[in-house]
Amino acid sequence: MIDSNLSSGINKTKDLADISRRIRGEIVEMSYTADAMHLGSSLSCVEIFVALYHGGCINIDPKNPGAAIRDRVILSKGHASMTFYAILADRGFFPKDLLKTFNKTGSYLTEHPNIGRLPGIEATSGSLGHGLSMGLGMAIAGRNNHLPYRVFVILSDGECNEGSVWEAAMLAPAQKIENLVVIIDFNRWQATGRSEEIMALNPLKEKWESFGWSAYEVDGHDIRSLIKQLSVIPDTSGKPVAIIAHTIKGKGISFMEDDNNWHYRIPDAEEVKKAKEELGLL
Amino acid sequence: MRSAFAQELTDMALSDDRVIILSGDIGNQMFDDFQKKFPLRYINCGIAEANMVSMAAGLAICGMRPFIYTFTTFDTTRCFEQIRVDLCYQNLPVVIIGLGGGLTYAPLGPTHYICEDIALLRSLPNMTVLCPGDTVEVRCSIREAMKQNGPIYIRIGKKNEPVVHKETPEFQIGKAITCKAGKDVCIITTGTILPNALKAHELLKEKKISARVVHFHTIKPLDLTTLSSVFSQFDVVVTLEEHSLIGGLGSAVAEWYVDNSVRRVKLLRLGTRDEFLYTTISQNEARDYYGLSPHKIADVIEKQYANLGTIP
Repeated sequence: MIDSNLSSGINKTKDLADISRRIRGEIVEMSYTADAMHLGSSLSCVEIFVALYHGGCINIDPKNPGAAIRDRVILSKGHASMTFYAILADRGFFPKDLLKTFNKTGSYLTEHPNIGRLPGIEATSGSLGHGLSMGLGMAIAGRNNHLPYRVFVILSDGECNEGSVWEAAMLAPAQKIENLVVIIDFNRWQATGRSEEIMALNPLKEKWESFGWSAYEVDGHDIRSLIKQLSVIPDTSGKPVAIIAHTIKGKGISFMEDDNNWHYRIPDAEEVKKAKEELGLL
Repeated sequence: MRSAFAQELTDMALSDDRVIILSGDIGNQMFDDFQKKFPLRYINCGIAEANMVSMAAGLAICGMRPFIYTFTTFDTTRCFEQIRVDLCYQNLPVVIIGLGGGLTYAPLGPTHYICEDIALLRSLPNMTVLCPGDTVEVRCSIREAMKQNGPIYIRIGKKNEPVVHKETPEFQIGKAITCKAGKDVCIITTGTILPNALKAHELLKEKKISARVVHFHTIKPLDLTTLSSVFSQFDVVVTLEEHSLIGGLGSAVAEWYVDNSVRRVKLLRLGTRDEFLYTTISQNEARDYYGLSPHKIADVIEKQYANLGTIP
């Protein structure tokens, strides 16, 4: 159940931090050239993806993306597709050149991810509140078919507004599902305001626990902590696992951090340059 | 019809281990046999239809063949967006069984009866819409559904519906079945109201009107060959459905007629008016209220047929 990256030594903390910075640069570039929104939401989940795909936490093989026993990753917060695409391309699921087609006419790199067009995309997402339910279906299929894969579903905190999230949250423990993990990119913002204020989201960890999950909190930008948490799944509780990853919207670029304007704003050329300088990419 | 569904699926699950039932906390005892035989392949998803539909998508992505089962009000309108995105956009082989289509549950009120489902479901790309007319067709629908690769909606009634087919008919998705021969008018009908079409056929016979009855168990894709043939042979074509006049079989036929028919035909559309029911009422009373009882069907067709000469 271990990715080949581990043995190749790429998972040194510094290397993973470098990868995160590079991915951030690519995301900013994509937003600029493709005129695509959701930069802030894409930047907050970079380390979560790097931990999963580069940190050896999931069993995947880019050369065999359809393997029956592969772990499944669903980006339920589909509006962060730029991050997902940059990560998949970086791991060789498809050529990096394809990133240039993001959001361009005729491209399969659509603003919200689509199943069946690109290797590595396990489900269509973009409508919030669907991913966990689909992930639960995949987890049940794995159990029933005796396939030892796990399903990782990345949600946003705003997405937890959706009732269907809690429908799935209640059913998974009742079905005694252990091979399902929800990772919440808790950047404390949704489209128009603070997520704790719009809905009574807190206490989020306790909510998941009270729904029958093993819940953990982690610094969502600390790759080591993420890897530590993501490496013990299923845990020993016999329950599905919820990881609340505390993150910062727009993380990594000073003038975007925790500024919700970057939910919709698109950087201009000067801002792209500034961002890349900050990331140490220029 | 619901027992036919449960029995057929139990038979099918024996030979096909991809079959899995997702129930919205209904079907008490009906699935006992299935559950006993396949405990991991029957999931009571609780009263949570949005999750149930997306879950079915996840199962189908992993190669399972899920059947979703609950009242059709709940597994169509309540979770329409999940159906649209997760089942239709992803084009997955999930079967939605809509229990109590039309006025079946009129006594329970508009929370439980539904006459808008066909309109909604047939508007979705990749969706197939089936309305079997009796228990024999329910079994056929399920068998045929397993051969499809996309989402399918099967609208069924409840229990004790009259059996129309004494023998299993040749049943093919998208191919209408002629149930009664006739030469004066043609009744095109679908689903649970089929028995009333057949009764109207008998009543019309007494009035010396020969009515062909064609059952469109498939509303999408429409059987265009049969439509062409009917509209070239008959001057009066009647559509009959236990569904709103907005968006159902009558609408589908009218759309085809406007775009394709080469000759002027009187198209009479019978279905439910654009109006909810607010008082306690039985299915048969509700059908009568909307003009869908055998006598009212026969009377309006007779009137139309008599007025044929006045069509401008």
